[in-house]
Amino acid sequence: MTVSLHRFANPARFLKIAALVLPWASGLTVGLLGLGLYLGLVASPPDYQQGESVRIMYVHVPAAWMAMFVYSVIAVASATALIWRHPLADLVAQASSPIGACFTFLCLVTGSLWGKPMWGTWWMWDARMTSVLILFFLYLGHMSLSKAFDDPVRGAKAASVLALVGVVNLPIIKFSVDWWNTLHQPASVMRLDGPTIDGSMLTPLLLMALAFTMYYVALLILRVRAEMLDRKLRTARLAAVDAATVPAPAR
Amino acid sequence: MRPFLRLVRRDLRLAFRQAGDSATVVMFFVLAVVLIPFGVGPEPAILARIAGGIIWVMAMFAALLSLERLFQADYEDGSLELLVLSPQPLAATVVAKCLAHWLSTGVPLILAAPLLGLVMNLEADGIGALVVALALGTPTLSLIGAVGAALTLGARRGGVLLPLLVLPLYIPVLIFGVAAVEAAISGLPMRPHLLLLGALLLAALPLCPWAAAAGLRQALE
Repeated sequence: MTVSLHRFANPARFLKIAALVLPWASGLTVGLLGLGLYLGLVASPPDYQQGESVRIMYVHVPAAWMAMFVYSVIAVASATALIWRHPLADLVAQASSPIGACFTFLCLVTGSLWGKPMWGTWWMWDARMTSVLILFFLYLGHMSLSKAFDDPVRGAKAASVLALVGVVNLPIIKFSVDWWNTLHQPASVMRLDGPTIDGSMLTPLLLMALAFTMYYVALLILRVRAEMLDRKLRTARLAAVDAATVPAPAR
Repeated sequence: MRPFLRLVRRDLRLAFRQAGDSATVVMFFVLAVVLIPFGVGPEPAILARIAGGIIWVMAMFAALLSLERLFQADYEDGSLELLVLSPQPLAATVVAKCLAHWLSTGVPLILAAPLLGLVMNLEADGIGALVVALALGTPTLSLIGAVGAALTLGARRGGVLLPLLVLPLYIPVLIFGVAAVEAAISGLPMRPHLLLLGALLLAALPLCPWAAAAGLRQALE
């Protein structure tokens, strides 16, 4: 297992795989997003209770899933970086956290927009919302900590430890609707006894979730690649400065 | 065990010789709470209603104030490197430093809390619950804070960054701490909330020193 993982540690191999995956991920994002939005916004029926507002859910629920999924990716990447000192894992963790923060923000905003007509309030301090808000702050902390040091390696390590500490929040988010009697409704898709929503609504929901995942993959590849180029540039520039300022020994 | 106790004694002695640190924290705590009646108006009913939450939040800010100092002084004069090199496990060193931090700032906060409860018109039941909840909650604050303090060691603007990292993690302590006070005021059992606070402390006790030790090792690499 570790051996096969280490094969992907090679940046050159990563770039080759990334170049293969990127067009597929981008294409699938556009296709699935188009299909999911059409089915969700036009073709699916309005809810018998929520009316047309239910369509917000086709963005809200996938965004919430992604918020947690991206944090899990960061946590796994951080553990990998700390245990195997894997430079690519650090890059993945750092490139993921702004994306995850955006998904979390999207989830909070769409939830709020849905809450106003449905619950009559923009915000309620119930367990699910509060724990997602904490997740958002964890993302912000992760982002600022990784950039707070003059030495980027130290920043990456500190951020990894913080990411692992923040993992305690993930089960709290997932089970908050079961542990506390909250305003937020309990799970209706990932249940042991099967989803409780109708197929006509489940299909666009899953398509949107898949589209969001593909979007994340495409964005992650772009960001990691940009960061790798940035580091190369920095090293090249430092080398150029060194060559220019340090005169060659006379003897 | 001997080096552990010695480290606690050393940190306490340092804290009390520069008596400023503990006193400043308590003064900040008192002053911050006393500002609230000016902000929301001196009506006893309103103050009694919000007292538990206000005192808890201000105690957290006060605990945060002194956190930056937890490893900073040792880091700057090099004694942290010696502590890391010592045969005692680094996690135990962190626990010793947290214990000293709690004794020098957490305990004074707990002692000042009943007085502030009186000022804020909190009922006697509420004051009792507040003290017990603070006694269970403030060690957790020191432990979680140690992780933040270790991770921001040597960072640019570490003092601003620290609250950003630590405050979100403080929220569970705040929730159950305030819930205990509210339960006591409204005549409900406060035991479940206190048990949850105890559970948080028991979870933080092994996990936080471990994470803080990892942070310290990175800072010294």
